[in-house]
Amino acid sequence: MKNQKTIIEVSKLRKDFYVGEITVHALKGVDLQIKEGEFVAIMGTSGSGKSTMLNILGCLDKPTDGSYILDGVSMGELSKNELAGLRNNKLGFVFQSYNLLPRTTALENVELPLYYNPNVKAKERRERGIAALEAVGLADRMHHMPNQLSGGQQQRVAIARSLVNDPVVILADEATGNLDTHTSYEIMALLQDLNEKGKTIVFVTHEADIARFMTRNVMFRDGHIIREEMVKDRLNAAEMLKNLPVEENGEE
Amino acid sequence: MNYTNTLKIATNALRRNKFRAFLTMLGIIIGVASVIAMLAIGQGSKKSIQDEMSGMGTNMIFAMPGSEQRGGVQMGNSDAQSMKLSDVAAVEKECTAISAVSSQVSSRGQVVYGNKNWPSSIYGVNEKYLDIRKYALSSGRIFSDQEVQTYAKVCLIGQTIIDNLFEKGEDPIGKSIRFNDIPIKVIGILEEKGENGMGQDQDDIILSPYTTVQKRILSITHIQGIFASAVSEDENDLAIEQLTETLRRTHKIKDGETDDFRIRSQSELVQTFTSISDMMTTLLGAIAGISLLVGGIGIMNIMYVSVTERTKEIGLRLSVGGRGTDIMMQFLVESIMLSISGGVIGILLGILASYIVSSVMNWPVVIMTSAVVFSFIVCSAIGIFFGWYPARKAASLNPIDALRYE
Repeated sequence: MKNQKTIIEVSKLRKDFYVGEITVHALKGVDLQIKEGEFVAIMGTSGSGKSTMLNILGCLDKPTDGSYILDGVSMGELSKNELAGLRNNKLGFVFQSYNLLPRTTALENVELPLYYNPNVKAKERRERGIAALEAVGLADRMHHMPNQLSGGQQQRVAIARSLVNDPVVILADEATGNLDTHTSYEIMALLQDLNEKGKTIVFVTHEADIARFMTRNVMFRDGHIIREEMVKDRLNAAEMLKNLPVEENGEE
Repeated sequence: MNYTNTLKIATNALRRNKFRAFLTMLGIIIGVASVIAMLAIGQGSKKSIQDEMSGMGTNMIFAMPGSEQRGGVQMGNSDAQSMKLSDVAAVEKECTAISAVSSQVSSRGQVVYGNKNWPSSIYGVNEKYLDIRKYALSSGRIFSDQEVQTYAKVCLIGQTIIDNLFEKGEDPIGKSIRFNDIPIKVIGILEEKGENGMGQDQDDIILSPYTTVQKRILSITHIQGIFASAVSEDENDLAIEQLTETLRRTHKIKDGETDDFRIRSQSELVQTFTSISDMMTTLLGAIAGISLLVGGIGIMNIMYVSVTERTKEIGLRLSVGGRGTDIMMQFLVESIMLSISGGVIGILLGILASYIVSSVMNWPVVIMTSAVVFSFIVCSAIGIFFGWYPARKAASLNPIDALRYE
């Protein structure tokens, strides 16, 4: 990595949960830096603390101790509403189960984050929604409802939604978990493409082969980072797609 | 917060569930419509009673013999013979607030003409009686003073008598009818008045000079009642007061003794009937109000279920930057929109229903602006009140838990 701006800076991050009388230490002092333009995989088995880490990175949860600076803003002192503002301006989420609003067109789904930004007027909202859908290659499906779209297309709508507010980082939680191999590669190709264009992406996964599409892998276990490594022989999803045997009932 | 966006978000959310939104509104629609229609019907019947009553003369006062004491024995009302013609003369002379006064004696009997007969009542009155009771003459003439003095066998008859005794097209004036075998000549016809507020036929009536009825039919010297008219409606109370005073003096009732007569006024009757009808209106309104309340609870129920059902949506909205207040406002606005649009439809439906009732069943209806405004305010209040709790529940959800909710 060159001398790029640090987007995420986490140090000595701790998170405890209180379940009845028992205290669960989900994160036990984590240090992590992510620079602009990185494509980082956060890996680990369930209970390793990776989801807790993602929730804190996503400003959905506050750490018990330690500091987290997102794009120059320290989240330690922020109120609930300020955190919401941060999520609205600086973050994009992609979920495993897409989380699109039912009976709502793709375009309206993509526009959703902008409804919570009072500075964006209706016309601009529409334009940015269309632009985001174009970026994921679904401009021709903008008036389709989620149930008229395939799983891969729905996830691309969700990615468009995460892009629409031009976030500093996209947080993806098992974004390929519900998809078959072929569609997974398509999504990875899209994310790699976005990353090429400069988007910082943090991708939580437990699949080692998916992690090989990224630039850096961070391995969690028992609330610690146990391994952190740059990916040496990084895979290219677009090329892998070409080599994949053609499926009879493939997507699109 | 951006209100346009909140409004848009709420509209979109409702649009996604059009049918459910309609069903939820239905409770409010029915509630409001029934409130409006019930009050319209209640008010209509009140107004029609008032109209009927004032048709009978709102400034009419009548006195009839009440119970009297004779040597400590309480006598009944009907056999009292305490009222005399001299009372009428005294009232006419002394009571400044009374413009017209007439005595009344009456008898029931069979009226016969040709081969037809009909049971009816004959009223012995003077010529002022028509004014007091708001009767008008459609043809013929009223009996003269001289006819009163000479116990003349003349009468005025109402339309019901004509319908039952005479052939169609036959002119009754100048004909002689017999009441209890006494022949009486018809000299005038009363204009049709229809039923009064209590359903009595006001046209089933024969009017004769009081002297005729007293001497020739009943053979009595007392009278059975005094009908009077106050100078104006405002003078009603004063007229009653003067009448009471005069009658107490002519009947020689000492201070502290009870009256041997009863005085009723038309406005009193109007009040009685109006209060009955008000009670009915309140009752109908209350029943309709309960259905409105049930409608409100329906909204709360749906909103509450909706919060649970849309937990994931709420989680998503929170994760893309919606604040607790945004979520709260969305649900509150949804609930207010449901109740207000339900209210507006209900108001229109209620007005429509009132008109249908009035045209099909021929009931009088009066749509009250106050009821419309009131329903609208109640609807908005219902929206806020019943929407608030679910909205607060939605706003307090933890985004992480909400996103994981299955």
